[in-house]
Amino acid sequence: MNYKKIFKFLGFKFGTLIILLIAVSTISFILVEISPIDPVRTYIGEMSVSQEKLTNLNEYWGVDQPLHVKVVNWLGNLANGNLGTSLIYRTPVTEVIGERFSASFMLMFTSWLLSGILGFFLGVLAGFKRGSWIDKGVKIYSYIIYSTPVFWIALILLMIFSVQLGWFPTGLAVPIGKTAGNVTFVEWLHRLILPAFTLSITGIAQIALFTRSKLVEVSSLDYFFFAKARGEKGWSLIKRHGIRNILLPAVTLQFLSFSELFGGTILVEQVFSYPGIGQAAVTAGLQSDIPLLLGIVLISTIFVFCGNSMADLIYKFVDPRIRESEANEF
Amino acid sequence: MSKNRNNSDDDIIEVPKTLLNVSNISISFFQYTQGLRKTVLNVVEDLDLDVHEGEIVAILGSSGSGKSLLAHAILGILPGNSLLKGEMIYDGKILDQKLKEELRGDEISLIPQSVDSLDPLMKVGGQVIGDIEDEKEREEKRKEMIKIFKNYDLREDVIDLYPFQLSGGMARRVLFSTSMINDPKLIIADEPTPGLDEKSLEETLNYLKIMANEGKGVILITHDIQAAVKVSDKIAIFYSGYVIEINETKNFSGNGDKLLHPYTRALYKALPQNGFQLFEGTQPMNIDIQDKCIYYDRCSQSVEKCGHSNPDLVEVDDGIKIRCHVVRKI
Amino acid sequence: MSFDKERFKSPYSFLFGSMNLRTKTLLIISLVGLILFAIVVNSLFINVDNITTNFSIKNSQPSLQHPFGTDWMGRDMFIRTMKGLGLSVIIGAMASILSTMIAIFLALSSTLGKYFDHCVSGVTNLFLSIPHILLIILISISLGGGIIGVVVGVSLTHWIPLTRVLRAEIKQINTSTYVKLSKNFGRTKWWIAKNHLLPLLIPQIVLGTILIFPHAIMHEASVTFLGFGLSPHEPAIGIILSESMKYLSNGAWWLAFFPGLSLLIIVLLFDLIGDNLQRLLDPTQANE
Repeated sequence: MNYKKIFKFLGFKFGTLIILLIAVSTISFILVEISPIDPVRTYIGEMSVSQEKLTNLNEYWGVDQPLHVKVVNWLGNLANGNLGTSLIYRTPVTEVIGERFSASFMLMFTSWLLSGILGFFLGVLAGFKRGSWIDKGVKIYSYIIYSTPVFWIALILLMIFSVQLGWFPTGLAVPIGKTAGNVTFVEWLHRLILPAFTLSITGIAQIALFTRSKLVEVSSLDYFFFAKARGEKGWSLIKRHGIRNILLPAVTLQFLSFSELFGGTILVEQVFSYPGIGQAAVTAGLQSDIPLLLGIVLISTIFVFCGNSMADLIYKFVDPRIRESEANEF
Repeated sequence: MSKNRNNSDDDIIEVPKTLLNVSNISISFFQYTQGLRKTVLNVVEDLDLDVHEGEIVAILGSSGSGKSLLAHAILGILPGNSLLKGEMIYDGKILDQKLKEELRGDEISLIPQSVDSLDPLMKVGGQVIGDIEDEKEREEKRKEMIKIFKNYDLREDVIDLYPFQLSGGMARRVLFSTSMINDPKLIIADEPTPGLDEKSLEETLNYLKIMANEGKGVILITHDIQAAVKVSDKIAIFYSGYVIEINETKNFSGNGDKLLHPYTRALYKALPQNGFQLFEGTQPMNIDIQDKCIYYDRCSQSVEKCGHSNPDLVEVDDGIKIRCHVVRKI
Repeated sequence: MSFDKERFKSPYSFLFGSMNLRTKTLLIISLVGLILFAIVVNSLFINVDNITTNFSIKNSQPSLQHPFGTDWMGRDMFIRTMKGLGLSVIIGAMASILSTMIAIFLALSSTLGKYFDHCVSGVTNLFLSIPHILLIILISISLGGGIIGVVVGVSLTHWIPLTRVLRAEIKQINTSTYVKLSKNFGRTKWWIAKNHLLPLLIPQIVLGTILIFPHAIMHEASVTFLGFGLSPHEPAIGIILSESMKYLSNGAWWLAFFPGLSLLIIVLLFDLIGDNLQRLLDPTQANE
């Protein structure tokens, strides 16, 4: 494999990310600026603060300055890694995000992996047995999941498994403020299962339908047809010429789904009171914790960008047709 | 049909065994057009054909006229929305779907038209050898493959290349190797010479000749009358889904007065070396019209009868057949 | 030579008998359209203030009088849900139409020149880089919440697929001979857009709007559920479900189950119209 090419690729991606982050933070800052919320007033709230602190806050938010100066000022702070202080948690935003994101990452990673494997398997099965009851089942399941709000599925699962069966806590068991460090591994795992399960069964739909239609598409291509003409058939034909050709696109798609994954996490964490980044985002939004909300927007942008870059990387460096081609420019 | 089966039972050495006997084959499709209106498309009608051992039979028709479907019908790989009627007998046995599946890739093999018939993500070796589980058998096939590669001027290291690394000519020769790996008795070459230069054309036709000399039956499906004349023993002329004439290739010579059908004669006269006489009109695409001869609108020799009945294909001499009301003997 | 029709029977023939696919599709579209129309009209006649609170029947399970049960104030959940569905469809309609207008505008501007095209694809990438829910929350906060916040938020996050379709379509039409002829006659770009492009694009635009609908409804419900959308006084499905959270641990399952199921059915109905319309316009999908 060509390492020089990969480094060049990563460098290019990093540059793109910087530009993207500047654009995203500018836009979100402006959105918050034009909102009725006053970040300094909200931060102070009922407290009495020293004049010195007030000056610091005014300086951080660039109060009384024109908008473009505010934006530049804010970007400068970001560049120094200063994302401000969270209003709710009273600690630096970077710390809150670090802790919350790692909890969410476990949740997202588990469901991402599970839904990917299961969805791919179901999609191949449905495409292989086209028109059979398995195919119809997978299709109906996927269409229904597509049309169902994630949070409602979460509510239903919460009712069945927590309220009726009592297998899992009904949420709200951990008050806001108790950090993930204070919980034991078993406790944490106990709380992870239901949210991860919810996200997995909803994530399956997209990848299953995609895999199915891709397999159907591949089965109509010349090489699949020729393999059939040569006497290959059944599962071994699917394995040799089907899966080989749809695995890459499917993995790529799964990496491209980071945005929906993050969105689903926000809703699921809210229902199950899972102390992750999604719950933090909602709380931050509802209580006008502007620094935290903006910080979460940035981390979600980086997260989605990483997924897209992984997809690109796979496309460019795994597929032999593109890997070996001379004119491999980004 | 019974006539040929009797032939194969005879022990007369001079008469080559009939390998394939196709009678009365018709193929049709149904599909949806704009606004979801269902239409039925008849593509091949009332097709008769015999292929003997060591014989090359060319099926000559314009591109896109559906003649490739005959190949798919023999191999049993027509798409799901098609309907096949008629009878095929292979080596004395009725060639039904079960037998087709058993024989395809084995005793009956296909040389496909497109070089896209190679799986883009599988190395050449794996594709030529085919789907073989048994380790020892695979090793034998590998040796066989190397031998065949030599015959087709392919180096051994081609085995480890991906199809995109092959030149067009190499890919074509790989396809030929693929068809020969299981030592078939009947080979269907589906348009194997599209857009080839003079030298490659000669080479390709030569390969077919060698196959026939080894005693294999070859069906050459082509739109190139020169290629057909050069290499085949018998030519079936395909017009608008009907075979209108089956004649011996040696009759495609001189001023063509041994050719029977007006269309065949016109076609022959249109060849550069025969004066390049162009003829008017195009083939009707819709072959539903059955109340007149399909060539009626273009025919210069038509009589009153041709306008209200479509003639049957009748045998006028041993193996020579004609579908015409006017010309009924040599 | 008679054609064997038996083999080509549709696999769904048990549902609609011998009816052909075209009639069936048209029938589904009009039936579903009628149902959705009825829901909206019905909800307009429900006055929220008239939903009586009756504490003597509070938290009662589904029954014949109250098919969806009652809530903690004894309000009939069926009536509240029906009102909420009407609201969802109306908000979904507003957001889809606004989204479609954004898509048309961006698609048209992307064909004005290379520079514009780059701008549009830049904006597209930007909007794809933030999770939609987060972006809607941000926009909603920025506009001070409420119905306007949700509608603008949802429409600003749902224009991308339609923009891409329209852009490709416009590019194709632009290369056709009659557009070139018009250019040679000295017609302005806007004249061409109005007289050649729009008429051809209308089927795609209508289909695109309908395809946005289910997503818009779901996103509105989700954002409202989280507390950023409609105010708690509105009888929206998102509000009903978010309220139900407090009573779930008491076993009041009907408070969450029926409203959510009704929303799911509405979304499925819109999907059904969209799919069938798509097949009418693009028959290759039916040939599979």
